[in-house]
Amino acid sequence: MASADGLGHFFGQMNPRFSIIAWVVAWLAASAPQAAIEVAKLPPAVIGSVDFAKEVGPLLAEKCQSCHGARKQESGLRLDSAEAAAKGGEHGPALVPGKSAESLLIAVVAGAHTELETMPKKGDRLSADQIGRLRAWIDQGANWPATAAVASGTPRGKDHWAWKAPVRPAVPAMTKGVAPVDAFVRAKLRTTGLKPSVPADRVTLLRRLHFDLTGLPPTPAETDRFLADKSPEAYALKVEELLASPHFGERWGRHWLDAARYADSDGFEKDKPRFVWAYRDWVVNALNRDLPYDQFITEQLAGDLLPRATDDQRVATGFLRNAMLNEEGGVDPEQFRTDGLIDRMDALGKSVLGITIQCAQCHTHKYDPITQEEYYRLIAFLNNDHESSRIHYPPAQQLLVGDLTRQMRDLEEGLRHTTPDWEQRMAAWEDSVKDNQPEWQTVPAVNTGDNGERFYHYADGSIRAASYAPTFWTAHFRGTNALRSIAAFRLEQFPDPNLPSGGPGRSIKGMAALSEFKVEAVDATNPTNKVKVKFVKATADFANAEKALEPEFQSESRNRKDGDKRTYGPVEHAIDGKDDTAWGIDAGPGRRNVARKAVFVAEKPVEFPQGAILNFEFHQKHGGDNSDDNQNHNLGRWRVSVTSVTNAVADSVPDSVRQIFRTPRGQRSPHQVAAVFSHWRTTVPEFRETNEKIEALWKKWPEGTATLVLAAKRGEGPGEELRPTQVFKRGDWLKPGKEVTFGTPAFLHPLPDGADGSRLTLARWLVDRKSPTTARVAVNRVWQQLFGTGLLETPEDFGTQSPAPSHPELLDWLACEFMEPTFNVGGAKSAVRNWSLKQLLRLLVNSATYQQSSRVTPQFLEKDQFNRLLARGPRFRVEGEVVRDVALAASGLLNPALGGRSVYPPAPEFLFQPPASYGPKVWTEEKGADRYRRSLYVFKFRSVPYPVLASFDAPNGDFSCVRRPRSNTPLQALTALNETLFMESAQGLARRALTEGGRTDDERLAYAFRRVLSRPPTKAERVELKGLLERQRQRIGEGWVNPFELATGRNEAPKELPPNTTPAQLAAYTVVSRALLNLDEAITKE
Amino acid sequence: MNRLTHLEHALAEQRRAVSRRWFFKDCGVALGSIALHSLLADRLAAAPKPPAAVNPLAPKKGHFSGKAKRVIYLFMAGAPSHLELFDHKPQLAKFDGTLPPAELLKGYRAAFINPSSKLLGPRFNFAKHGRCGMELSELVPHLAGVADDITLIRSMQTDAFNHAPGQIMMNTGSQQFGRPSFGAWTSYGLGCETQDLPAYVVFSTGSKGTSGGASNWGCGFLPTVHNGTLFRTGGDPVLYLSNPRGVDDAMQKDTLETINRLNAQRLGTMGDPEIAARISAYEMAYRMQHVAPEVMDLSQEPESVRALYGAEPGKPTYANACLLARRLIEKGVRFVQIFHESWDQHGNLKADLKRNCEVTDRASAALVKDLKQRGLLDDTIVIWGGEFGRTPMVQGGDDGRDHHPNGFSYWVAGGGFKPGLTWGETDELGFNAVRDKVHVHDFHATLLHQLGFDHEKLIYRFNGRDYRLTDVFGEVVKGLLV
Repeated sequence: MASADGLGHFFGQMNPRFSIIAWVVAWLAASAPQAAIEVAKLPPAVIGSVDFAKEVGPLLAEKCQSCHGARKQESGLRLDSAEAAAKGGEHGPALVPGKSAESLLIAVVAGAHTELETMPKKGDRLSADQIGRLRAWIDQGANWPATAAVASGTPRGKDHWAWKAPVRPAVPAMTKGVAPVDAFVRAKLRTTGLKPSVPADRVTLLRRLHFDLTGLPPTPAETDRFLADKSPEAYALKVEELLASPHFGERWGRHWLDAARYADSDGFEKDKPRFVWAYRDWVVNALNRDLPYDQFITEQLAGDLLPRATDDQRVATGFLRNAMLNEEGGVDPEQFRTDGLIDRMDALGKSVLGITIQCAQCHTHKYDPITQEEYYRLIAFLNNDHESSRIHYPPAQQLLVGDLTRQMRDLEEGLRHTTPDWEQRMAAWEDSVKDNQPEWQTVPAVNTGDNGERFYHYADGSIRAASYAPTFWTAHFRGTNALRSIAAFRLEQFPDPNLPSGGPGRSIKGMAALSEFKVEAVDATNPTNKVKVKFVKATADFANAEKALEPEFQSESRNRKDGDKRTYGPVEHAIDGKDDTAWGIDAGPGRRNVARKAVFVAEKPVEFPQGAILNFEFHQKHGGDNSDDNQNHNLGRWRVSVTSVTNAVADSVPDSVRQIFRTPRGQRSPHQVAAVFSHWRTTVPEFRETNEKIEALWKKWPEGTATLVLAAKRGEGPGEELRPTQVFKRGDWLKPGKEVTFGTPAFLHPLPDGADGSRLTLARWLVDRKSPTTARVAVNRVWQQLFGTGLLETPEDFGTQSPAPSHPELLDWLACEFMEPTFNVGGAKSAVRNWSLKQLLRLLVNSATYQQSSRVTPQFLEKDQFNRLLARGPRFRVEGEVVRDVALAASGLLNPALGGRSVYPPAPEFLFQPPASYGPKVWTEEKGADRYRRSLYVFKFRSVPYPVLASFDAPNGDFSCVRRPRSNTPLQALTALNETLFMESAQGLARRALTEGGRTDDERLAYAFRRVLSRPPTKAERVELKGLLERQRQRIGEGWVNPFELATGRNEAPKELPPNTTPAQLAAYTVVSRALLNLDEAITKE
Repeated sequence: MNRLTHLEHALAEQRRAVSRRWFFKDCGVALGSIALHSLLADRLAAAPKPPAAVNPLAPKKGHFSGKAKRVIYLFMAGAPSHLELFDHKPQLAKFDGTLPPAELLKGYRAAFINPSSKLLGPRFNFAKHGRCGMELSELVPHLAGVADDITLIRSMQTDAFNHAPGQIMMNTGSQQFGRPSFGAWTSYGLGCETQDLPAYVVFSTGSKGTSGGASNWGCGFLPTVHNGTLFRTGGDPVLYLSNPRGVDDAMQKDTLETINRLNAQRLGTMGDPEIAARISAYEMAYRMQHVAPEVMDLSQEPESVRALYGAEPGKPTYANACLLARRLIEKGVRFVQIFHESWDQHGNLKADLKRNCEVTDRASAALVKDLKQRGLLDDTIVIWGGEFGRTPMVQGGDDGRDHHPNGFSYWVAGGGFKPGLTWGETDELGFNAVRDKVHVHDFHATLLHQLGFDHEKLIYRFNGRDYRLTDVFGEVVKGLLV
C-alpha cells in the first residue's frame, strides 16, 4: 500500500543534528569487508518508549519474516527471535542492541548501505517513522519478549489466551447496583476519559429491543402500552415478552442460518432447488424453545446418533448438509463430496470453534498451532456418512401419520384376533414361498457411455448413479456372464440413503421410470457373433397404475405436437419397444421408497457356451426438459442378474420380508413378526375387506417433504463400508497421503478416554465445558449482533492473529456465565439453565450499557469512532431482512406466519432466465398471503441471490458467514425507493394512515410516521412531510401523474377505498409513505 | 498490514483515498443535481467530520503508476476451443483419427470422455495476419484485422476442468467459492472515476448464464460496494432504476429532497456520520437514474460506430454489450465484464464455433479498433478468453471436444501489453503448454501489475489471514509487456 510518508518526505525535514555526513565504517562478515553504513541517510529514532508487541513485532512479521522467518532464511538470516537476529546471517549480526546506527537491519531498510540492497525487496519500503521506531527499540536495548514469538508468525502460539478455557474473572468493584456487564464496561471506560451516555428515551429503547429480539418494529399500540406502563419493571417485562415471541426464533435463527450457510439451492452451475427448509424450521423452533446451546450444536452435528433419535433431531443434521454441491456434467462426485467435507470443517471452524482451521487443509497452519494432520483427524469424524435425504413430516402431518399407523395396526390386530390360527397359516405360507426362487447370477456392469452421469459400484454388484442427471437419455452398461444359457434378466432397484428421499430412483421423490430395457448379447469368444435379445414377458413386484407424467416431467420441447403423451405404469412398458411408455414404481406416499424388481424373459434363451458379453441399454426418457432442475426420472441404485430358468417371474415377496425369513421363527422380534404379517395378509383372499380398508388408509398418507440430513454409515454391507481418512497433500483430494484416525488438535482440550470416532464424540467434545473457545465464540457473536462489533471483532478467528478483544475479562465472564449462570436477572422466572441464549440476552439487554443513548458526539467520533468502548448505545442499519420486514410490518402487509416452505415474492423475471441465469429457474411469484412473508422465508437461490436482500448485504450462503458487512449504497436507495414490495408497502401504509390515522392530515401523517419510526414527528419533520403531501397532492390533482397507478401500481381504480377518501388522496399519501419508509431512521437501530 | 485489525484496516483504507477532501465533497453531495436546501448544507457542514463516511469508491492510486486504468474483460464462458481459433496444430491434423500417446495421458482426468479417445484434427484453416504475422483461424477474420494490436497467449494453464470451478478459478483465483473477483479487486484497489455509475459493471449475453453464477463477479469478503453490478442491455439497465408506476421525475426529486432534508435533521440530532453517507447515497441514486439510461442509449452513437460493432439498439446482443462497455468506461466505470456463455462444444463443434464467431468476432475486434481510435487503448486492458480449453481428442462422434485445462489460449489488448506478440506454445498436439507457460495466477499477477499493483500487496484481511487475488502464487509475466 502506498504510504503518505516516504523517505523523501523525511529528508525534507531532517533533523539538522544528522546533517553532518559521518561515515561509520562497520566491519562486517568476510563477504563484504568494505561495506559501510551511510549514517546520514538514517531517519532518526523516535522519541519515547516503543512497544515491541504493537510496533516492532508486527513490522518485522510483515516486512521481514516472509524471507527471514521460520520457513525461509534468505542470506541465512532469521528475524523472528532475539537470538536469531543477534546471530545474524551471511552479512553478520542484524542488530547491535543499544546501537541502532550500527545495526545492519536499520541500514538496509533505510537504503543506507553501500553494498547491500535496500530491504524489503518486494513491497513498500519502511517509512521514516517505522525505521525511527525500529531504531528507538534497538537503542532501548532491543528487548525481545519471549511471549512475542506469537506475533512472529511461527507456528507456536500455544500460550495464546484463547486456547485456555475461560476462567470466571472477578467483576470490577463498582457502586452497588451496577450490573456485572456494566462494571466491566465502565472500568475500561474510566481509563479513557469518556463518560457513559444517558439512557436512551423509552421509545428508542423499545424499538431497539424489538429490532434485536424479534426483528420487527413495535406497532403504535404496543408503543403506547409500553409508554403507559410506568412501573420500574416495565422494561424487564417487555424483554420477557419479546423473548417469548415466536418471532424471536426467526430473528436469531437468521443469524445462525448465516453461519449454517443455509440456502434453498445447490449452488454451482445447476444450482438446483434443494429441500432443506425443514432444517430452517428446526433452527427457529430450537431457538424459540431455548434449546441449550450445547444441545443445539450437538443435535446439528449428530442428532441422528443420539439415543432414540427423534425425527426432529435427524432433521437438525441438515446443518452439515448445507454445503454447496456441484452436479454439472462430467464432475466426479467424490471431488465434490470432499469439497463438502472441507466446507463442513470451515463452517464448524467459523461458527463453533472460532478457529480458521481451513488453512490446515493444505499445510500446517502458519499462525495457529494446528497441524495439517490434525485437520484431517478432525475430518475423520465427518468422513463416514451418507449424504442422505429423508421424508420429514411437519407437525400436523406427524399427527396424521401417527393416527393412520394406529388404525392400520388396529385393523391388523383385528385380523389376528379373528384368525386364531394365523401363526400356523403364516408359517405354512412362508414355507411354501421360502425356496420358490430360481438361482440368479449377478452381472456386475460398467458404464460405457459418456453422458456425464457418474456411478458408484458396490460389492453386491449394484450400481448407484450420482452427480449430473440427464433427463432424456439412454444409459449404456456392459457386463459379462458365464452362464451357457440365459433365459431371463432381473432388474432390482434398491433404496439407498444417498438417493433423494431414499430412492430407489433419482427423482425428488426417489422414483425412476424405465422407458425401455434392452440387451445385446455378444459371444464372449467371438465379438461378431451377437444377438439382440427379444423379450416376450415382463413381471414386476410392483408397478403403478398407468398415469401421465407429473408437471415437473412434462416436456414442451420434445416434439410433442399435441401435448406430452408419455405415460408410465405397467412393467410391460419397459419391453414394448416404445420410449414413450415406461415401467413406473410410484406406490404413493409412505410406500414409495422401497426395493422393487422386474423380470424380463427372453423369447429364446441366449446361448453362448463360453458365456456372454451383455450390453445393456436403460432408456430413461421420462424426464423433463430442464436438466438444470430436479426433472430427472432416472434409475438410482440398481442391479442386473440373469438366470437360465425359463419361467422366472418377479418375486412378490419383498426383500425385507425374505431377510426376516433368515431368522428362525422362534427368535423373531414382535416387530419382525408384524412385518411378515403385513405382507402375508395381502396374500390371503378372505382378508380382502380389511386389506382394502388398509389400502384406503394408505391413500390418506401425507406427502411430507424431503429434507437433507446426514446419516452415519453402518460399517458393514455394500455401500456401508467405512472410508479411511487420508491427509491430502497440499489439500488436493487427488493426492491422498498418510492415513489418519480421528482425533482433536493437541492444543485444545483432550477427548475423553475411550471416545470413538463418531460425530457424536466430536459434537460432545466441541461443547465440552473445558472447550476454550466454544462459549467465547457464542457469546462474542451475540455481543456482535447487539452492539455491532464483537468484544473480539473477528468472531470467526480467535487465533493468534486475531486482534485483542476490547474487554477480555468481560468476554470470559460472559462465557462462564453462559455455561454456568449464577446471575438471575430481569424477569427470569424459572430456574436459569446452562447454555441458555435467552438468559444471555436477558443479561445483556437489561444492562445499562445496552440501554444508553446512541447519540454520537464529536468527542465520541474522535476518541472511539467504532464504539468499541461502549460509551454510547449501538446505532447501525439493521440487516437486509429486517430492512424489508420493517416496510412490510409498518405498512400492515406483513404475513406473520411461521415456518414452512420458502416463498417467492416479486422479483425481476429475467434474473431467473438465461442469459442472466445458467438454466431456467422456476420463480412463481406468490399472489396470496405468502407474498408478504418475512424475509427469512424468501427462497434463496445461491447463483441468483434475491436482489433486495443481496443489495443490503445478505450473504448468499456459499459459505459460512458469521459477520456480515454493512454497506450504504445508491443501489440500496434505488431498491427501497422503487422495488415492487417497497412500493406496495408505501401503498399499504397510505391506506392504513387514511383508515386508522385520524381525520386531519396532521393526525394521519403523525400516525404513518409512528408506524414507521415509532416516535411522533417533531414540528420540523411535520412541516417537511406536510409540504411534500401538499405539493404532490396538488400535482396529482392537476393531472401530472396517474393517481391510480400511484396508489395501486395498476392503471385501475383502487378497490375498497378507505372511507371518505379519493384515489388522489390515497396516491398523495402513498408518496409521503414512500418517503417515510426510506428514512435512515426507519432502517436503523438507534 | 499484517497485524492491522479490521477497523484499523478501514482507517487505512481512508488514508489511501487519493483525496482528503471530506466526505460530502467526495461523495458529491454538494455537486449533485439536486440543489440542496441551505439548511441541509449548513447541517452537513456543521456535522462532525466522519472518516467512516469516506466514499470507498473514491478514485485511489495503486502501489505504483500502472499503464492501465481500466479493464474490459470479454469472458467466453463454456471454454472456446483454442485448437480451432488460435493455436494452429498441423501435426494434430496429421494424427487425426489416431490415439494420443499413452504417456501424454498419464494421470490425466477428463470430464466426459475416456481420455483414450482418438485425436481430432483442427476443423478450420489458419493463416498469418498483420505485420506481426500472427497465426489465426479463418473463424476470426475481424480479429485478424487487428492482429498487430493484440497479444496472443497460447500457453495458458488452469487447475480446474469443470465449468463452475474453472470459471470461479479464472475470475477469482480460486476454485472455492467466496473469493473476490478480479473486477472486485480492481474496484477495491482503484475505486471508480465516476460516482454516478457502479465501479464494476457486468453483462451476460450468451445463450445462457455462466456456470459460476453471480460469484463470478462477486466481491467475496471485500466490502459489498465492490460487487459487480449486473446490467441489462435492454430495459432497466440497473435493477430498480426506474421510478415505480405513477411516480414522475418531479415527484421523485421532491421526494428525495424531502427524504434528505429529514435525514439531515436526524443527522443534526444523532450526529452519526452514517446518516450523511445515506444522504449521499440517495443523491447518487438519483443521479444514476439519469446517467445510466443515457449511457445505455446506443442511438446516441453514430451509425458508423454502430456498424463497426454490428450493434443494433435495443437488442440484448454481445455486440451491443461491447459498445456499451466502451461507453461505460468513457464515463469513468473502472471494470466492465461481458460474460458470453456459449462455447461448450462437446458436440456440433464446427457449426457452433462458426455461429459463435459470427456473433462475437466483429464486435470484439471493433472494440479494440474503437478504443485505439479514441486513444483509450493505451490505458485500457481488453481481455478475451474462457475458463479452459478443449481436448485435442474427439468427443461425441467426430464433431466435439471435451474440457481441457493443460493448455489453451487468451488474447489481450492495450494497457501496456506488447501488441502483435504471440506468446508461449503448446506441444504439437495442442495438449500441454510447454513454453512460457502462463498459469491463471501469473495472468492475474500480470494484469494487476499493469493496473499499478504488486499482486502480493493488494491484500485484504479476512478469516485470520491476508488474502489476495493470486492466493500464494503468481509471477508477473514480464515478456508480455511493453
